[in-house]
Amino acid sequence: MIELRGVKKRFGSQVVLDGVDFDVREGETVALLGPSGTGKSVLLKTVIGLIRPDAGQVIVDGKDVPHLKRAELSELRKTIGYVFQNGALFDSLDVYENVRLGIVDESKFKDEKYARERVAQCIKLVNLQPDAVMSQFPAQLSGGMRKRVGIARAIAGEPKYLLYDEPTSGLDPVNADIIDALVQRLDQELGVTSVMVTHDVRGAFRVANRLALLSEGKVVMQGTPQEFLASEHPKVKAFLERDFDNTQFAA
Amino acid sequence: MTAATGTLTRQNGNILARVVAGVGRSCTEIVAGLGRFGLFSLDMLRGLPEVRIWFPRFIVEAWNIGVGSFFLVLLISGFAGAVTALQTGYQFSGSIPYYVVGTLVVSSLILELGPVLTALVLAGRIGARYAAELGTMRVTEQIDALESLGRAPSSHLIVPRVLAALIMIPALTVFANASGIMVGWWAVKQVLPVTNMDFTYGAQYYFRPWDAWYSLIKSFFFGGTIGLISCYMGMNTKQGAEGVGKGTTGAVVTSTVIVLLLDTVLTKLLLNT
Repeated sequence: MIELRGVKKRFGSQVVLDGVDFDVREGETVALLGPSGTGKSVLLKTVIGLIRPDAGQVIVDGKDVPHLKRAELSELRKTIGYVFQNGALFDSLDVYENVRLGIVDESKFKDEKYARERVAQCIKLVNLQPDAVMSQFPAQLSGGMRKRVGIARAIAGEPKYLLYDEPTSGLDPVNADIIDALVQRLDQELGVTSVMVTHDVRGAFRVANRLALLSEGKVVMQGTPQEFLASEHPKVKAFLERDFDNTQFAA
Repeated sequence: MTAATGTLTRQNGNILARVVAGVGRSCTEIVAGLGRFGLFSLDMLRGLPEVRIWFPRFIVEAWNIGVGSFFLVLLISGFAGAVTALQTGYQFSGSIPYYVVGTLVVSSLILELGPVLTALVLAGRIGARYAAELGTMRVTEQIDALESLGRAPSSHLIVPRVLAALIMIPALTVFANASGIMVGWWAVKQVLPVTNMDFTYGAQYYFRPWDAWYSLIKSFFFGGTIGLISCYMGMNTKQGAEGVGKGTTGAVVTSTVIVLLLDTVLTKLLLNT
């Protein structure tokens, strides 16, 4: 379980998170919505300890992330797969080596036969052809393929949690739908707990079984898609109205 | 006191307060920067036990520095040796024995020109490369990705680069010294009637083994400085492409200044002048 209690973070004079309370329960897929620049990615990075909050608690599986020792944090990170906004693939390594680095168990990482099989399996899971892409370098891949390789790397270590940072940003609608369907399928097939940060409302409604809206440094609402549609909260309404009306969703 | 004098005094007071605040802020930033650099260096030391991770990358980096810089270093030290020899020839008067030329060329190269020129060339070449590589990795979240996989950037990225600089810069300095002396030897024979025996006699007469050690010790410090500063600048890059540019320039300028500063300090400490 992931719990955030009163998390605050500022960069210089800019307050990004202003007392965020947020929960993710085991097996859930939660979409964290919000306009660009509201600190969604910052919040996600506090969960994995890449950004240290100024105040508040970030608890993953009962462990207080900001106060973990280096080795403890490293162990915790091995249970979390993180999909970066632009893939963040290592550009000096080919796809095989990139995905292989996701195998966090050292004995399995060193086992060349296991690594090759696992990498091929993960690449297939993200709807790519292992033979076609394994020897390619990130610069040779399209934006959508880079994101999928990023997902393959995140799942290679068999994580308990998957954190997606804007998995569909910068993609055309067709590729965005492919990624959404992929996230949904992985959640079902792998049984992981997922948090997806996005400003794509349609994708969030398609994939998540619970939503949270971040605005002005606070989570203004958490609930099911139906609860969001029924909400009279002005910020929720304003955010949803931009993408679709209730009739479309109901249909 | 008139109203005008009072206003002027207040304005002077404000300017003074701003100057004091500015100096205070700069001092705080310098101390904070030194602290961050200290923590970074400590973090690098923590990566040292993970030999299995850093060793293969160290070999690649050492090869890149060694092979990539070898001819450049030979060329520059060769020119330095030639210029030293030609200037010696220009200043030479008949009352000084010819073998002193050998002493001058060898001492200049080993004590100063070899290690310092090699360090300055490599501060530009590998310092810029390290800072740009790591800075790009930072702004494209590749370093965050490495950390998110539970892997330490120190053992994967920092230790191999710093150790490669630490080992390869002294090694290249040895070749630079040799190249400079050989070219200087050849050049001096073009301008003065110096025989090979004169040159070798002069080179050996005042030569102390400590001079060679001093040359190596200096270049060892220079290597560590260039490696650490460039990696630190790269790892702390901010704000996209502009940040990478700033970090790269900062790495080269800072490494160059620190190399020259260290040169002075080490000369004072090691040669007891």
